[in-house]
Formats: sequence, structure tokens, C-alpha cells
Amino acid sequence: MHELSIARSVVERAGEVAREHGAARVVAVRVRVGELSGVVAGALLFAFEAARAGTLAEAARLDVEEVPARARCTSCRAGFSLGSPPSLCCPACARPAADVVSGRELEIAAVELAEPQDVLEGAS
Amino acid sequence: MCRVVDVRRAVLARNDELAKELRGEFAARGTAAVTLLSAPGSGKTALLERLLAASRKRGLRAAALTADLATEHDAVRLARTGAPVRQIHTAGLCHLECELLRAQLAGWAGRDAALLFVENVGNLVCPAAYDLGESLRVTLMSVTEGEDKPLKYPTAFGLCHAVVLTKTDLAEAAGFDERAFTENVRSVNPGVPVVRTSAVSGAGVDALLDRCAAVRGRPPAHRPAMAAAGGDGAPPAGGHGTGAAGRAAHRGTRGRRRPRTQLTGGRAEFAPARRAAGGVPADASGLFQGQPRRPTRLPPGDVRCGGGTAA
Repeated sequence: MHELSIARSVVERAGEVAREHGAARVVAVRVRVGELSGVVAGALLFAFEAARAGTLAEAARLDVEEVPARARCTSCRAGFSLGSPPSLCCPACARPAADVVSGRELEIAAVELAEPQDVLEGAS
Repeated sequence: MCRVVDVRRAVLARNDELAKELRGEFAARGTAAVTLLSAPGSGKTALLERLLAASRKRGLRAAALTADLATEHDAVRLARTGAPVRQIHTAGLCHLECELLRAQLAGWAGRDAALLFVENVGNLVCPAAYDLGESLRVTLMSVTEGEDKPLKYPTAFGLCHAVVLTKTDLAEAAGFDERAFTENVRSVNPGVPVVRTSAVSGAGVDALLDRCAAVRGRPPAHRPAMAAAGGDGAPPAGGHGTGAAGRAAHRGTRGRRRPRTQLTGGRAEFAPARRAAGGVPADASGLFQGQPRRPTRLPPGDVRCGGGTAA
């Protein structure tokens, strides 16, 4: 359950971005979570709800984009999905030699910010 | 009006930066930092006692940091070997992070050792995501844990430089199927060396120590295939997807993205994501029906394997 640490990092970084851009608050944060990142989307959403309290992201939405795990065979260059449980053996030539090309992502892709006037308009 | 700022930053970027710094510091001091990752009770501490004693016999200066949520039991045990030892209390944290590690290293005699062992919190999930600047990451499993653990915890076994099997003296009593275990390890981490050990008999301790000593000033002989994603080449957990390979793959997956999960209006809403929290993956039918992963009988030296999912 390290999703709480992850969620805190996401909230922290989103707050920094908001301050850097002089924004009033964070509307949404988009994160990309790879199949092999060890992070469960549902747990991250749950943790985000706790982590955002009292911050500029207090009312922010969290969009989680799940990235499938894919590999490329180093012998025949075939691309393939790792599947679940993951296997790094190439289904085309059956050789256990492949490089993972996606699926370990754990990144903040974008932050949606509200300008100060948006907040005033919203309050009126 | 709202505006969207493109960030593209790894969530663990701060840890990754610190890991890079730590790796540089270890290299400058001629220290090989070896991290040990496993489930609780798999025998990390017992094996570490053996490793510290064997290092001493070789005249190799070794030290150890051991992390737990509570108690100093492990540090007390390890200190009996005469090596500099420090207990890290993670205060509830389920894994080690670089910041915690760096704070423990500051001003400590053990940081200048030729071999620095770092025993992570017993956990096969969370610690796998954090690069600790190590020279060698070792994932351990005991013969009583079940041959399929590498498949159940693919990042723990897929991102290490060496796999260590512990308690091999109990293999027969536990009915351990070593061939199935090796197949499963090979499936998530092709080519990774597997070292069989017993802290009771001392078997395999010297072989493991050789591997640890070999990374002083040199990169590990094995590069985990799973570590390739991110493309920065840092071992073993470095690069959480902001590298060129990750971006290229991202472009390649457009148009067939997974359903998104969203949190809106102060409440969590769960879209039918592929992998439900704590549940069985929605598309797990192939796992249970279509493609049973059974150990394939292979002649020695054969590099072919079964399994995998066609694109």
C-alpha cells in the first residue's frame, strides 16, 4: 500500500505546478500508470482523496490512464503484450529475450489549473 | 478559463534523482551497495548473518542497514558478526526510499565499507518500485513460499540482478519444485542468475558473496529486461516511464487505451478498469483456462521457452 506515498507526491507536484503558474487551484491531474508499475489505480484514487485534503488540489479530479505492458523481442524484433502474469518470452520465436518498452510508467502527464478569476466567478 | 499544463514528470522523480546521487557517491567511495528484497520471513537476516561472517573471513569490510517497521531485533542479530550495523525504523512505511537511506548513511562508519548490504522492509510489492542507488539488487524467496511467487510479484523478481533461493535445506520437506520455480523466474526475468542458498548449511553463501563483491566498480553482469522501459539504463528500478522508450511506446498505444478511472466531485468512481482494486483482473480468463503456465521440460542450455501473449 505505497499508493498513499505516491498520491502525496502527485498532490505535492500538482501544487508546485499551480504555484509556478500562479493558478488558484488544481482542477485535475492526469497520471499514467503502467501495468508493471506496482501501483493499483483503485488504491491510488482512494489515497488521492485523502492526500488532496487541505491543498490546492483539494477539489481536484484524478484521471488515471493505464498503460499496458509491452515488450520487443531482441531476437526477432516482434512486439508483444506481456499478459498477466507477465511473460518476457517471445510468443513468435519462443526465445526468453525481450526488452520491455512500456508498462513501467508512473508519471504525472498533465495538470489542469483554474485561473484566479475562475474561482471568483465560481463563487459569485 | 482552465488551462492544462503538460508536466510529464515521473511521480518518483525526486527519489530517482537521489538514487542517481547515491549511486555516484557509492562508486566514488568504492562501495558496492547490495539491496535485499523479499517477503517477510524468507530468511534475509539469517542469510545476511552468513554473508557478513563470510566477508569478515575474506578480509572484506562489510556493513549492513536493516529496515523494519519496528524492533531492533535484526540489528542486534547482525551486529554479533562484528560488522557495523544500523537499524532503520520506517515509522510505518512499507518500503525504503532514498531520502531515508541517505539520512542513515550520513556520518556513519559503515558507509565507507567495501560491501554495504541494505535489507529492505519485508514486502514483495512496494519496495520494488524504489531505486535505492544500489549496485546490485537481490530478490530472495524461500522454498516454503511457493514456486509461483515470481509470477505473482513480477516487478520484485523482474527488476533484480540476481534471485536467491533460501532455505534449500527444507526443499524436500516442502515438496519444492525447483524446475517450476526456475521457469517462472525465467519468464519474468530472462537470464537472471539464481543462487541456491541455505543459512543452516552455509551452501551458496560464498557464491552469492562473489556476485556481491563483483559489482565493486563494475556494473552487474545481468541487466533485467524489465528495467529497459524508461530507457535511462539505470539499474534496476530507475526510470519510471519518462524515457524515450516509454514515450515511443505511449505514441504506439494511442487509440487502444485502457478505460480510465476517475475521481470526481469528492468521491471515487471506479470505471470498469482491467485490474480492479484488490480483485481478479477482468480479463483473467486466459490465466485460468486458456494458457496454464506449467513448467516446460527443457534440455540444459536450451534458450526457448513457452508462454507469452501474442500481440
